[in-house]
Amino acid sequence: MNRRNFFRLSGMASIALMAKTAEASHGPRPGAPEFWGVLVDTTRCIGCRSCEVACGEENGMFVPDVENDGALETLRTTDETQWTVVNHFETSKGDVFVKRQCMHCWQPACTAACLTKAMEKTELGPVIWHENRCMGCRFCMVSCPFDVPKFEYDSWNPKIQKCIMCWHRTSVGDKPACVESCPTDALIFGHKRDLMEIARMRIYNHPEKYVHKIYGEHEVGGTGWLYLSAVPFEEIGFRMDLGTTPYPEYTKDFLYGVPLVLLGFPALLAGMNLMTRPENDEESGVHGE
Amino acid sequence: MARVADERQSLFSFFKDQLRPRGKLITPFNVISIPVIIAGVIILFFRFTQGLGATTNLSQQNPWGIWIGFDVVTGVAFAGGAYVLTFAVYVMRMDKFHPIIRATVLNGFLAYVFYAGALVFDLGRPWHVINPVIGNAFGYNSVLFLVAWHFMLYMTAEFVEFSPVITEWLGLKKARRVANSLTLAAVILGISLSTLHQSGLGALFLMAKPKIHPLWYSEFIPIFFFVSSIFAGISMVIFESTISHRVFKMQMGPGSHERLNEIIIGLARGATIAMFVYYFFKALIFIHDDQWALIKGFWGAWYLTEVLGFVLVPMVLFAYGSRHKAVGIIKIAAVLTLIGVLLNRLNISVIAFNWNVADKYIPHWMEIVVTLTVVFSEIWIFRWIVNRMPVMREPGALGSPNRKRELQSLN
Repeated sequence: MNRRNFFRLSGMASIALMAKTAEASHGPRPGAPEFWGVLVDTTRCIGCRSCEVACGEENGMFVPDVENDGALETLRTTDETQWTVVNHFETSKGDVFVKRQCMHCWQPACTAACLTKAMEKTELGPVIWHENRCMGCRFCMVSCPFDVPKFEYDSWNPKIQKCIMCWHRTSVGDKPACVESCPTDALIFGHKRDLMEIARMRIYNHPEKYVHKIYGEHEVGGTGWLYLSAVPFEEIGFRMDLGTTPYPEYTKDFLYGVPLVLLGFPALLAGMNLMTRPENDEESGVHGE
Repeated sequence: MARVADERQSLFSFFKDQLRPRGKLITPFNVISIPVIIAGVIILFFRFTQGLGATTNLSQQNPWGIWIGFDVVTGVAFAGGAYVLTFAVYVMRMDKFHPIIRATVLNGFLAYVFYAGALVFDLGRPWHVINPVIGNAFGYNSVLFLVAWHFMLYMTAEFVEFSPVITEWLGLKKARRVANSLTLAAVILGISLSTLHQSGLGALFLMAKPKIHPLWYSEFIPIFFFVSSIFAGISMVIFESTISHRVFKMQMGPGSHERLNEIIIGLARGATIAMFVYYFFKALIFIHDDQWALIKGFWGAWYLTEVLGFVLVPMVLFAYGSRHKAVGIIKIAAVLTLIGVLLNRLNISVIAFNWNVADKYIPHWMEIVVTLTVVFSEIWIFRWIVNRMPVMREPGALGSPNRKRELQSLN
């Protein structure tokens, strides 16, 4: 390889480096405001589904007919028309109702998956979606451990649908619509630090009433939404095998290796090419043409 | 002035002549592929006007189907031959493989254009595909961002590697010199990029940890994807060059048959080593993670089918074939290997993905037709180029008189 080739190569390599993989910094920056979250005390939920109605009305989504639709009979997941659903479980301690929606992870898999930053972990905690950036690759759906993002398969111009914790409200410090609508205070809106204290206090004061676990404290590195339960969480539809590692960590090692390969490999390969060059081969770095 | 007009005239008639179809219209391949491609285009019309749900069986549980699992994830692995062979020929100067380098690079380039390009069909909002490029939203901590950029850069590198052929076709002496001088740099960049995006395709599934069956999930998926892309690519080269040798026989010089057999035996040696590394590493992880308990029921048997039947068996066949110069056995091994890589990629992306969920994804027939459309279109373009440019045949001397003579000898 001659000098010209070397410069050409290093030029191309630096272009390749534009695809560099900056540090995956998902945690809050120092001095940032604390993340908002919600504590769900499933022992207080009566399954009235006011939250479902409030969510649909607030966000211009489907508003269920809670009196007549009999939706508690079946186990539902959120879908592209409803960002939150309440499910009914018959457990060892009687009927339990559980509201599900996006968990607003502290280090979300969906934002780490998104190549256009359409999924954004806002500084205040809610994970929101930007319509003008998303290319519809659905990598967020593949990556989300809770299967939260939903896709409009029947539209030529599909959107990703998921709870955004009423970003238009929470961004100015108001409660999300579901929390506001809850008649039994099963939902409490606040900073995680405060919510954890409330949750711990309830467990300590009523050890017979709660299992000694706060779902979301450590799961997938901690979530914005926290759950209290009277029965083991497996019984009310929570996965207990998700681990406590923040999901972006799983790809971090690979991404750290990228700049090393992009810098190291060209040098290595160029060296191998020089090593195999015959003695009498004066100029041509290009072989075999 | 008159000369310039003359040149322009001759260039125009050259392209007009080149665009004319060559050969018979009624061949078995044409009879099958033309209706499929027409059907595929019609299906794609409905896909873009009515949404992905109209033509696919994708669901909220299974967001990725065969358009990703086969077209992109498997197709790119099969296209790995280009970086493996350019490494052998341009970096290590193994002259033996030179006769097939152009066809392999062309195949690699077209595979990326078509299979990675088929990604656009799967994107819900494809008009935003440019977003990660123009920089208004760089999601650079996404593996997919890396893969997307590397696809684009690699396609460019492959085009540069192939460009000497185009300059010969057009009879452009100066451009050919420039194109040639860029080859080594493009090769080196291409190999580095391939290492990363072949493994990157595996890294896409790292965050799907709770969804993939533990026999297929491993933190080393990226390494498995990279190593298996080496023997997947080699097997594809063996498969493709065997077929090309039959179809384009009249373009190849005397002695090409013996030369190809030598090449195939050499490739089989490379595949044996790569498969041994893969298999050894796979076994190491199996033992280290103590996965014996998982070998039960359907998934255990399915896993053994893939790892024993389509990795270990072809590895032994490759080793036997290269040692005893049994080209027929090597070709069987290549086909088995291709099936094995196909199984592996589909298992991770589709079959063992959400293995414990009741709502299993089975591809819609329209998804299969579109996939075939992509494959057939690539073959059409490949054939078009091989019939016109000096890909298989020895490059003639440059300049338009030769160009004309070459054309005449073709017709």
